[in-house]
This record gives sequence, C-alpha cells and structure tokens, in this order.
Amino acid sequence: MLLIHCPYCGDRPELEFSYGGQAHIARPSKPESVTADQWVEFLYLRSNPRGVHAERWRHVRGCARYFNALRDTRTDRFIATYKAGEAPPQQSGSTP
Amino acid sequence: MVESATARSLEFAATRWLRPLPPAARCIFCGDEAAQAALVAALGLPGSAANCRAVSANGRSLLWLGPDERLVLAPADQRQSLSAAIEAATASHAHSLVDVSYRQVALELHGPTAVRLLNAQCPLELTATAFPVGMCTRTIYAKTEIVLWRTALESFHIEVWRSFAPYLVTLLGDVAKESGA
Repeated sequence: MLLIHCPYCGDRPELEFSYGGQAHIARPSKPESVTADQWVEFLYLRSNPRGVHAERWRHVRGCARYFNALRDTRTDRFIATYKAGEAPPQQSGSTP
Repeated sequence: MVESATARSLEFAATRWLRPLPPAARCIFCGDEAAQAALVAALGLPGSAANCRAVSANGRSLLWLGPDERLVLAPADQRQSLSAAIEAATASHAHSLVDVSYRQVALELHGPTAVRLLNAQCPLELTATAFPVGMCTRTIYAKTEIVLWRTALESFHIEVWRSFAPYLVTLLGDVAKESGA
C-alpha cells in the first residue's frame, strides 16, 4: 500500500487520506477589486501538469489536518510533504 | 431519561480476546498550545501528550488526536465535574469542548492474536517499535473510523462510534473465526 508521510503523524497508509486539490491558491485579498476573469481563474482554473504537482491532502482518518504535498503525477510518487502555510521545499533539477 | 437510555456500554458477549469496556466520560477538546497546557493542568496529568501519544494518571487519560485536538477519557461518574473543571481552567483561552460520552463506546482487544485481528482490516504497522505502548491514533478498521490506543504490548483500547460498534464487533468476530483465533 502507498504510504504518505503526514507532517504530524509520520508515514501512514494511503487509505487514511483524502485529496484536497491544487495547493497554494490564495484567495484575493481585496475581493471587491477583482475582475470577473480573475474570479474565474481563482475559482475554476487549475493546473494539470504531467510531472511535479503541489497539492493539498488531508489526513482525514488520522489527525484530520490539511497539509501540502509535492507529487509526481506520472509515477504517483510523493516527493515531499510539508505543513500548510510553509513554502514548498526546493526541488533538485531532475525528477524521477 | 435520555441518560438511562444511552449511558449503557455496548452489549455483546465478551470473548477470550475482546470485551466491552464500561461507560466513560469523554470529551473532545480543541485549542492552541496555551489552552492545551491549561487542560493538562486541569486534568492533573504529569505532562501533555506528544504527537500520537496518550498520557494517563488517576483514571484520567488524554489522547492526542491532532495538533490541536485531544480526547479526554475519565470514569463515567466524573462526567459533570470533568466538563466543569475543564471549562473553568480554560475559560481564558479560545477553545472548544464537546461532550462525546454517548457518541462512542470502548472495547478492549487483548491477547497474542490482537495485532493479527487488527491488521486484518487496518493497514497500520502495529509492531512494538512502530506502534509502541502508549501510542494512540485515529485510524480506520475496514470501513469504520476508530481510535486505537495501545495500552499494553498485547492490549488495545478501541474507541468507536456507537452506531458503528456492532459492525466492528461482528467483523472482528468473523476475522477471528477465519483465522482461528
């Protein structure tokens, strides 16, 4: 079974987690000055890369916290996980 | 009336390796570090619970469920006084305190087959090094969520939501029958 490293609980089975979509999408700080196009981008448009993807995960059947992960969408390998609010760890040049 | 209807423990015949635990007072407490420290002091525990660990003293236990979430267990007759004591001690901190005494029931799984019975439907690694005595966590057993707490090398305290308990007990029985436990 795929093990996912929870920043709070350590390596835990995949079954305990749920996927939370793309990470690092900040809500506009001044919603009143945002154009319709920018709202569309914020609400609906997501990247769909073939490669490393920063995404949110929730350890819903464990500590119930959201955290962020870097995952390679080609291999399903988790490169790193880090707490919500932290910057993603630096990537080395080549990915597997 | 409601109390007499719901304060029962789970009713099923105890087996060699599984027995129902008596009703208990249970609270879920959420709050930041300062609030957690006040909670620990209110419960009279020697220290706070580290990640995925439980602390016990004088019949009261504090189980770490998440960075800001704790499960408090105490004897059933302390249900009123426990909430009041926690509420008084943590009044100056932002927190939430929810009485879940009747939401869940407790089982004890024990004996040399305990780990095998758990691992039949729970994918956690339960070796003594990966899941030592005193470790606790919320996890899943097949399709139901449980709180698993290792109280001794061959003894586990399991908290499960009341309505899921018959499912869990039946499934454990099936697993035991198949594996010859």
